[in-house]
Amino acid sequence: MARGQELQVQEKRELQGKDESTIPTRSFVPLTDIYETDQALTVVMEMPGVEKANLDVHLENDVLSVAGRIDFSKYENLQPVYTEYNIGHYRRTFSLAPNHVAQEKIKAEMNDGVLTLTLPKAERAKARRIAVK
Amino acid sequence: MIAGLTDPFDALLRLQRELEGRRASEWLADTTSGMGAYPPVNLFQQGHDFVAIIELPGVVKGDLELQAKENTLSISGKKSVGYGEKASVHRRERVAGSFDRTIALPIQIDPNGIKAELRDGILALYIPRAESDKPRTIKIS
Repeated sequence: MARGQELQVQEKRELQGKDESTIPTRSFVPLTDIYETDQALTVVMEMPGVEKANLDVHLENDVLSVAGRIDFSKYENLQPVYTEYNIGHYRRTFSLAPNHVAQEKIKAEMNDGVLTLTLPKAERAKARRIAVK
Repeated sequence: MIAGLTDPFDALLRLQRELEGRRASEWLADTTSGMGAYPPVNLFQQGHDFVAIIELPGVVKGDLELQAKENTLSISGKKSVGYGEKASVHRRERVAGSFDRTIALPIQIDPNGIKAELRDGILALYIPRAESDKPRTIKIS
């Protein structure tokens, strides 16, 4: 693991492609980790500046979509003099394996600008050990 | 109401353009370690004073250290990313590690007056200008 290593800046990736929004603003793709245990799929997304209330998580037809809006009203009276990154709302969509997730048990947690989604696996999607006779 | 003028979405687009435009600014070019150091910093002016807004998602308060004097600010700490045991990783984009960045500002600051606030992964530093650094109006007699 990268522990103890010097951190590098990761340039924000702008949302592009067919998923264009009707509003002429730039949206960014949150940096995401996805990992799986035998119980659940966990999706971790970095969305600095997004409050819990401005988060929208949606799972429909095995498509997981997450949108986070930032509150830019605090920038109102600020005059930028030097900038190194841009800000904007976040949006990202993932296709999940069909019927893999127990929809009603999904848990979402937001801490320090990081969203953690726990998607427990549906009973039938869990791996079964097959005994060899 | 005139459409567009008071639309909050327009406000965001304007802000984004302004932020983008300032990226070419050489305001700190000679004084800092330059662009590319972590964490990325946006600096704003608010009247006489300055506000630095820094994105630090996933960094907890206890892992962050701030220091300030005369005209420099330093931000150091570490960010950890964990995956629990027995997890198979599908996608790994977040990075963990330590950071230490010093920013030299082209102004004198009041180190005792700095206020820091860490919320939702954003560190906001309110940096007052030193009294001695504020412009004086010169009376013409």
